Amino acid sequence: MIKSLKARQSELADVAYELKILSEKTPTGFEPDAFASKLRESNLYPLKPTQVEIFQVNVGKMCNQTCKHCHVDAGPDRKEIMTRETMQQCLDVIQANHFTTIDITGGAPEMNENFRWFVEGIRAISNDIKIIVRCNLTIIVANPKYHDLPDFFKKHRIEVTSSLPYFTAMRTDSQRGEGVFEKSIRALHMLNEVGYGKSGTNLMLNLVYNPSGAFLPGSQESLEIEFKKRLKDAHGIEFNQLFTITNLPISRFLDYLLVSGNYESYMEKLISSYNPVAAAGVMCRNTVSVGWDGYLFDCDFNQMLDMKVSNEENHISKWSTEKLEEREILVNQHCFGCTAGAGSSCGGATT
Amino acid sequence: MKTYYNPEDLKKFGNIGEFQKTLADKFFDYYGEVFKDGALTAREKSLIALAVSHTIQCPYCIDAYTVDTMEKGCDEQQMMEAVHVAAAIRSGASLVHGVQMMNKYKELSM
Repeated sequence: MIKSLKARQSELADVAYELKILSEKTPTGFEPDAFASKLRESNLYPLKPTQVEIFQVNVGKMCNQTCKHCHVDAGPDRKEIMTRETMQQCLDVIQANHFTTIDITGGAPEMNENFRWFVEGIRAISNDIKIIVRCNLTIIVANPKYHDLPDFFKKHRIEVTSSLPYFTAMRTDSQRGEGVFEKSIRALHMLNEVGYGKSGTNLMLNLVYNPSGAFLPGSQESLEIEFKKRLKDAHGIEFNQLFTITNLPISRFLDYLLVSGNYESYMEKLISSYNPVAAAGVMCRNTVSVGWDGYLFDCDFNQMLDMKVSNEENHISKWSTEKLEEREILVNQHCFGCTAGAGSSCGGATT
Repeated sequence: MKTYYNPEDLKKFGNIGEFQKTLADKFFDYYGEVFKDGALTAREKSLIALAVSHTIQCPYCIDAYTVDTMEKGCDEQQMMEAVHVAAAIRSGASLVHGVQMMNKYKELSM
């Protein structure tokens, strides 16, 4: 298994170095403030929130996998994990607000020892609030203590959103690691067995497709049809929706782009695919992302670049919905990933 | 090294309008319309385009439709099968003329 950039002591583990690369002018005329200029042309600069509807919590960088494209640089060697105290502060904020969705991500969020306690805490506050868990699938079969996760998810009516970059082993394993496809299929069967992804159960199982290489995702609708057919025919697996997500040029995907010599052409492609409609619908306008240590960010990507929200109350202990809704969202060139083509967000295409 | 084909030129395809705008506009409109979902899906059309690209051996088209088929979720097996379709038609086209050769042979033989 490959190691995280941090464990490899890669220069890219330093966010200042990442931001320097993203801000450098390229020979093809990529200006350092290209994204802000595009927003200005679309009358969207400075980028402002609409309202905070989605409360996204990254409960830690620890993961049983080390995917080549991971924007979190997660892996078994990462020890940063959210404490119960910080989770309690999150619960207090959830209690005091009217969010529509709590989106729990990681790492593999289930590896946080307080994960179940946290989910139960959210359900105790609200019966109706949508809880999403970004489950990497293989965690379910990784260790006997995780085998009952499908039942736990079902009990708390959690929406399960899982990455599966492709419906064949070769392309999935090349991105996520040897044997990941076969384990993911086993986990999907376990989720189907308790009713996830089946019609009439109201247990939502969504898959996330992101390209395994330096190209953009195609039409979400067409890919969903293809995924549904191929997974059903070959493996008897059912799921609800497919979300297409564009890889953003940060962390391990940036490392891949630089090493493979695809960085410039990928950036050019993102920039030339800029879609003003997608820009108006970017997820940072209705989301706040909480880091493992309680700091607040505009999105999970800004979190990995350590770009904290611009208002002073930038920690969960100082949460102010009013100030957050007045803030300016921080942007840089990686944001072109969310505005290319049909747009991209944690919920898939945005147009 | 100077070569006839330069990958950078593909990005400049749109510039053909600089010398003749009306015809270029008509062509690009038509081209866009052809590749939309219709009775055939955009995905099926992209695979056909990939096969045709290999028949006409256009390096720009091969690059463009390799990316396009990947974006549309085609896998490497499907892409190579499309190339084999092009190759089979090409070889078939040569071989079927063998009948003409046989006809002429028989005409001239005692």
